[in-house]
Amino acid sequence: MRGNAITRRRRGELVVGAVLLVLLIALPLPIRDVYTQNLIITTILFAGLAQAWNILGGYCGQISLGHALYFGIGGYVSTLMFVNAGIPPSLGMFAGGLVGGLIALLVGWPCFRLSGHYYAIATVVVGEIGYLLFLNWEFVGAAMGVYVPFKGESFIDLQFRTTKLPFHYVVLGFAALTWIAAWLIEGSRWGYTWRAVKDDPVAARSLAVQVFPSKMAAAAVSGFFTGMGGAIYAQYVGYIDPDSVLSGQLSILIALPAVLGGVGTLWGPLLGAAVLIPVSELTRSYLGGGGRGIDLMIYGGLIVVVALARPAGLISLLGVRSQAGGADIPAKDADARAA
Amino acid sequence: MTPEIIAQVLISGLLMGLIYALVAAGLSLIFGLMDVVNFAHGELLMLAMYATFVIFAATGLDPVLQLPIVALLLFGAGVAIYRGLIGRALGVQFNRGTVQIFVTFGLAIFIRGAAQFIWGGDFRSVSGAWLSNRSAEFAGVFIPLPQLAASAVCLLAFAGLLLVSRTEFGKALEATREDRDAVALIGIDRNHVFALGWGLGAGAVGIAGAMLITFYYVSPSVGANFAVIAYVTVALGGFGSMLGALVAGVIIGEVEAITALVLEPSLKQIGMFAVYLAVLMFRPRGLFGRL
Amino acid sequence: MPALLEVANVSKSFGGVAANVDISFDVQPGEILGLIGPNGAGKTSLFNSISGEVTPDRGEIRLDGRRISGLGPVACARLGIARTFQVVRSFDSMTVLENVMVGAFSRTARAQDAMAQALDVLGFAGLTARADTLAHQLTPPEKRRLEVARALATRPRLLLLDEMLTGLTPTEAASGVQLIRDVRDRGITVIMVEHVMEVLLPLVDRAVVLNLGRVLMQGSPQQVVRDPDVIRAYLGDKYAA
Repeated sequence: MRGNAITRRRRGELVVGAVLLVLLIALPLPIRDVYTQNLIITTILFAGLAQAWNILGGYCGQISLGHALYFGIGGYVSTLMFVNAGIPPSLGMFAGGLVGGLIALLVGWPCFRLSGHYYAIATVVVGEIGYLLFLNWEFVGAAMGVYVPFKGESFIDLQFRTTKLPFHYVVLGFAALTWIAAWLIEGSRWGYTWRAVKDDPVAARSLAVQVFPSKMAAAAVSGFFTGMGGAIYAQYVGYIDPDSVLSGQLSILIALPAVLGGVGTLWGPLLGAAVLIPVSELTRSYLGGGGRGIDLMIYGGLIVVVALARPAGLISLLGVRSQAGGADIPAKDADARAA
Repeated sequence: MTPEIIAQVLISGLLMGLIYALVAAGLSLIFGLMDVVNFAHGELLMLAMYATFVIFAATGLDPVLQLPIVALLLFGAGVAIYRGLIGRALGVQFNRGTVQIFVTFGLAIFIRGAAQFIWGGDFRSVSGAWLSNRSAEFAGVFIPLPQLAASAVCLLAFAGLLLVSRTEFGKALEATREDRDAVALIGIDRNHVFALGWGLGAGAVGIAGAMLITFYYVSPSVGANFAVIAYVTVALGGFGSMLGALVAGVIIGEVEAITALVLEPSLKQIGMFAVYLAVLMFRPRGLFGRL
Repeated sequence: MPALLEVANVSKSFGGVAANVDISFDVQPGEILGLIGPNGAGKTSLFNSISGEVTPDRGEIRLDGRRISGLGPVACARLGIARTFQVVRSFDSMTVLENVMVGAFSRTARAQDAMAQALDVLGFAGLTARADTLAHQLTPPEKRRLEVARALATRPRLLLLDEMLTGLTPTEAASGVQLIRDVRDRGITVIMVEHVMEVLLPLVDRAVVLNLGRVLMQGSPQQVVRDPDVIRAYLGDKYAA
């Protein structure tokens, strides 16, 4: 069999990924100041989250604007298991992921029949409902949230106080995991059939691709990793409450890097996170302090400019193959109905 | 739970619902025209409220009298947004849907930042207006006049929108919505229609905002609150349907009021969300949606 | 020989408009059947019923004696019915090879196998040189060919071609015809909807003529061309006599 472009590209992606991983392993070693360490950790965490979001939004074409729900629930599950049952978060994060995936299935089941904008808004609403419920639920601490008790430094408990360095490697592991998942999916039957569903559901069906199960599978995987990310975040921050892990703003922050970086691509979420998170953090730190709103203006302006100038995502600047051809061409569905 | 309290709740829900309806109508208009969900709609409302506040503070002109001014200002803003941004977003070849979602999102964040920059984060409201702090009593039920006036104005504005739909322009709007590619063939300048559509949608929101500030606080984040309600109302009524926006607005207003009474005020939005999701299960395109 | 496909008294209306009325005909295995008729005769609608896109209001469609009407497009695809669309529906964000692989994935779960099968089909369809081109960059005749290749990758028994040759230059049409003949030689039965009579009639073994939603007549190409009802339907009363 000839080694064609697809095989070559995928091998190349693995190489680049490995190199990037090595670089990121080495990156924090010379850095001493906490602020920068935190910035890098946050960036990598969101890169992983964006990658997880991309599995549903990019590959499967379902633009979810309520992903914080899975993030927050994952965080709460892991934290509560730790606080109430002493289960170490290194296990708890998998539970958080599982519950996140389950909730994503639960949300997807009624929502996937909604098209385009109706779906996006439904996800916003579901996210808001989750936020409001947790805000008023005593068992999870309502508005006060839950503090993670410090039981001593340990990898099992995912707690480190003297240095942030271990957290860097934990989130790096997380991001690497989501990247590998995305890479595997891209090359698998799922990757092809999901993209077919995104591009043209009618044609996909004529090729025996089942649309609904595809979306559900994508939702489960996406929800799982997002939930896991939430659990890690809870351990990192040491505290969890609805405002920090279930807010609509957070949902946008999860989706944005993938969209601006290049939706449906392997590198887009990473690139988007690498640009967006530092910009948002830095503008907030240096310009947002006085509550003057300049940071928001820059942040919002940046989003607009990138979205207009590079609709295929920042990834197109690198000449890497981006998602060419829009996924949303409503006319196609109209044809199907009229036929 | 006396009959007076129930009547009070239902009436205040209706009044608020009519305001939601007008805000939703503007959003629905824009969507119906060009498949663009304006995620900055809430921020436009916020701008209208600030504009009214500023003009009132500077000139003492009552919000009701300011209506034409604020409506015109917002109309201009809508046209400017279209010409400057959305027009470009529509010309994009790839990912058109996601691009316009995030362009309007970015715009929303930008406007919010700008509002914070100009006016700070404090809550403001107009309290010296003609109708402020006055209410009418009717059979044991107190109806605050600002809310009553606001809903009356919104209803009128809604009627106005319907009238417009019967004019030449309105027909052009409808034609462009039906088949935006074909209208060029009959001499309708699509860009022109879109720009005016945006202007109308924003103008409608402007009217709602000008009335809203007579009894509601404005702050840079108020847009986000109303935005979610607006999207839910539009989606419930069905994108592109004016009637849907009206019916859904009233439903949402009532459900919100009833939920606040039955559960507790901080959960009042859950009721409308639940209703919204329930309806969408049976009618995926909303009550009256045909898009 | 038992028919591969039986269309029995199929009727379908859309919003009060009758698209198909009491349509009946059989398709024999290994034949190329032409489905012709003026615009609005109900051809694509019938295709949609056969491929499972829509369910007939009345009547039945059977594949190998087994009812397939009402099973939906995915089930019909699995049972061996593949189709192309009147307006090409390619997966624009994917390459030619990837497009065809989607079809191949209907028969195998392994990416390597799917790729091998897809490459094989691309060779058959003459698109190997364009394997790594993005679908939306193809020329229209190439896009049509891609749709056929993609459909073939599902290893169908019956292939429905919806106006595959319309709007092609004579050279392009000739190579399209050759492709269809090659498909039949592979043992796949073909039903084709077509407007271009000069190309269709020499190619098909039999033809079914639809008009205003009903079957006007069916027979060999020679019979069809001489039938006065057919002539009247296409050209008007002036030429019927």
